[in-house]
Amino acid sequence: MASSPLAHGAHHHPALAHQFDTMEQQKESSTLGMWLFLVTEIMFFGGLFLTYVVYRSRFPDAFLLASNSLNVILGGINTAVLIGSSLTMALAIWAAQVNWRKGIVIFLLATIGLGSTFLVIKGFEYHDKFVEHHVPGPNFNFVEENPSPHIHQIAARDPNLGRHASIFFSLYFIMTGLHATHMVIGIAVLIVMVVLSWKGKYDARYYNPLEMTGLYWHFVDIVWIFLFPLLYLLGAHAAR
Amino acid sequence: MNTSAAAATPAPPTPETAFERPNYLNAAYGVRSWLLTRDHKRIAILYLISVTIFFALGSLFAGLVRLELLTPEGDLMGPDTYNRMFTMHGIVMVFFFLIPGIPAVLGNFLVPLMIGAKDLAMPKLNLASWYVYNIGAAFTLWAIANGGVDTGWTFYTPFSTNYSNTYVIPAALGIFVTGFSSIFTGLNFIVTIHRMRAPGLTWFRLPLFIWSHYATSLIIVLGTPVIAITILLVGAERLLHLGVFDPKLGGDPILFQHLFWFYSHPAVYIMILPAMGVISELVAAFSRKRIFGYKFVAFASVGIAVLGFLVWGHHMFVAGESVYAATIFSALSMLVAVPSAIKVFNWTATLYEGSISLETPMLYALGFIGLFTIGGLTGVMVATLGIDVHVHDTYFIVAHFHYIMVGGTIMGYLGGLHYWWPKISGRLYPNFLSKLSALLVFVGFNLTFAPQFVLGYLGMPRRYWSYPPEFQVLNVLSTAGASILGVGYILPLFYFIWSMRYGKKSGDNPWGAVGLEWDTTSPPPTENFYTMPVVTHGPYEYNREEVHNRLTQEAPLG
Amino acid sequence: MAEHVTSRKVYFLVFAALIVLTVVTWLVAQVDLGWANDVVALTIAVTKAVLVLLFFMHVRTSTRMTIVTATAGFFWLVILIGLTLADYLTRGSSWLPVPGK
Repeated sequence: MASSPLAHGAHHHPALAHQFDTMEQQKESSTLGMWLFLVTEIMFFGGLFLTYVVYRSRFPDAFLLASNSLNVILGGINTAVLIGSSLTMALAIWAAQVNWRKGIVIFLLATIGLGSTFLVIKGFEYHDKFVEHHVPGPNFNFVEENPSPHIHQIAARDPNLGRHASIFFSLYFIMTGLHATHMVIGIAVLIVMVVLSWKGKYDARYYNPLEMTGLYWHFVDIVWIFLFPLLYLLGAHAAR
Repeated sequence: MNTSAAAATPAPPTPETAFERPNYLNAAYGVRSWLLTRDHKRIAILYLISVTIFFALGSLFAGLVRLELLTPEGDLMGPDTYNRMFTMHGIVMVFFFLIPGIPAVLGNFLVPLMIGAKDLAMPKLNLASWYVYNIGAAFTLWAIANGGVDTGWTFYTPFSTNYSNTYVIPAALGIFVTGFSSIFTGLNFIVTIHRMRAPGLTWFRLPLFIWSHYATSLIIVLGTPVIAITILLVGAERLLHLGVFDPKLGGDPILFQHLFWFYSHPAVYIMILPAMGVISELVAAFSRKRIFGYKFVAFASVGIAVLGFLVWGHHMFVAGESVYAATIFSALSMLVAVPSAIKVFNWTATLYEGSISLETPMLYALGFIGLFTIGGLTGVMVATLGIDVHVHDTYFIVAHFHYIMVGGTIMGYLGGLHYWWPKISGRLYPNFLSKLSALLVFVGFNLTFAPQFVLGYLGMPRRYWSYPPEFQVLNVLSTAGASILGVGYILPLFYFIWSMRYGKKSGDNPWGAVGLEWDTTSPPPTENFYTMPVVTHGPYEYNREEVHNRLTQEAPLG
Repeated sequence: MAEHVTSRKVYFLVFAALIVLTVVTWLVAQVDLGWANDVVALTIAVTKAVLVLLFFMHVRTSTRMTIVTATAGFFWLVILIGLTLADYLTRGSSWLPVPGK
């Protein structure tokens, strides 16, 4: 029944799945599979980016003002934190490639730590928005409570300023919320990777799951790289 | 197809012994061996059961719609109920039958066989795909049990987000979840076709069935996520009244339509491309000829996949998109007809001077070519901006897409099921009954939908529960046709099941067809091949002398 | 089998570049350049994304298939946004000879 050309006495790596002939074929397949999944993620977030582009072009004033109310410092720190977590993720793969088992665990834990830091900071940001009544819904209040001195000028230009700002905040919460959900899933996967790496499952010969986790994690970083300027830096040049 | 000279391996079983030898059906018994299988062939059977159930459910809703339309007045049910009937017909048929249909059943079964692999690249993902399908189906069934949805399968906002009092979110969630099932299948096929072809099997030696499924998988991966995010936005809008699609709050309902149709137009190519792949195989096998213009057909498949993403605005000509965008989309829609036409031309050219045998699969294939052509030509008509302004939202559109979906896809699906049934089950279906069913399907189909072209052109709107009395005759014809069509669909259900126990044993290659899947036993062993093939020739090599001789000796039929 | 092992030095350099670009994008955003603000911000974001793709995600040492896949994904996003904007930018616009709607 065994019909692989390697069947006669060849040594199979224990991680080689039965449908593949070589480890190389398996690695290329899993990498391609992960990349295709990332393409679906691009299109998934893409719908939200389209929505953003459409409403940004329709309500530029509202979006500018609303963006100004976001905390750029926290957003910037979060950007650096996430970039750092991408670095540690890449280093975890490097550790696998040089057969440094402990290194994999250390760098994965660092990635988890940085990712969690990101989420905590995000939590503070969401809390701020809640307190300021910028969460769309019955308690939403953007125009009346707005401290900006120019608010009335702008409200004169756009009589529905409040509603349009609400759209910005809807997009803010959905886009960053979806992003945060992806991070939570990523962290969960990373925890599993930590356990398996600690057990010595990964080394220079086989570290596909780490590579795939890395690809996912870096992608989530890339989404944030676009979210940061689009959500936080829109109106940075405008007087507050 | 030559197999490599292998060291002493057991001789492939003869037809009589194929059933005693281990094959994928008798390899293990018990519910657990099926529900936890990783064998792509068993997963294909699991899908076959699931999609058949949903096809029956979708047909039930169609039957109720047609029953109501027998009379001009709304007398069978109220207008709200009627809205739910056509909505559930659409949702069930599109998302739970047509989109998964051929790829999940025939694709899953045949892709590894046709490329000489032991399984798909990701067998566990394949099984997960079936479970995810069922989870999505459960949500939607729950919505149906609670009265269904009345928004039309297209969920247009702001009705679906603000005003509908039905279970929109559970139904939409069901589609969201099942979308992942589709994505998993698409991912699996792309990786498999790229990385697991047998030695010597270059891209241009692949059967066109594989090219079609490859192109389909590209569409699935690129398009499905967009409807996923659209559904999320609809859910968020419905729950939280964000204003993204609500004009009262500054939103634009047409943005929903852009997002929705960006997927749903390519989705129709997900529905038709696999059927086209089946037809290529059937036409080649039953004309005993190479497909004319193989490379053109292969490239046309990918061309349809790519161009299909550029035309979605033709669903929105009268919705409020700008006239400039409408013109661009209309022009692009003309373009997308070209690769489809190339395929029809090439199939026809293959038939010319072929050695035609009118087995049941071939009857379905011939029906497909004719009916798809009508559907496609009317597609060019409605792509024409000026015409569509008049026929949009009439029965003309309904007839157009049913000619393609039913006259096209479903006939391709049935043709494929019949053709590969011996491979799947090791049995033959009853010949007379199968041909009778094919005839009933063809007659019933045309009687159902041809009158609808006339109705639409005369102005009968779609999704209306009542209509002016002068349209009654055509509606009665349509309902009569639907009844005949229904019989044509029920018969195969019975005789296929019957054949599993009582059907004549088919032997490994009853059609004398050329293809890697026919080089192994019927039914195949779990690992697909006793000796992994090495490929040295192109597909459809019916003309090669030795192949011709071997097959005419082997094949009891055809 | 031959593996492309990217050195730690490269990773740290890319990290530094990404941080620098983040600061730059923040600085440029403080200045009002009109429509150029968007162009600059997107250009910097794309540059950062490309750095992550090439080095952290190993696209630089990947098969052609990977490169095609990644490119196709972003290209399709451009199609989604671009063709939809073909509608939004031509609705009742003042720059068109005939109003779009």
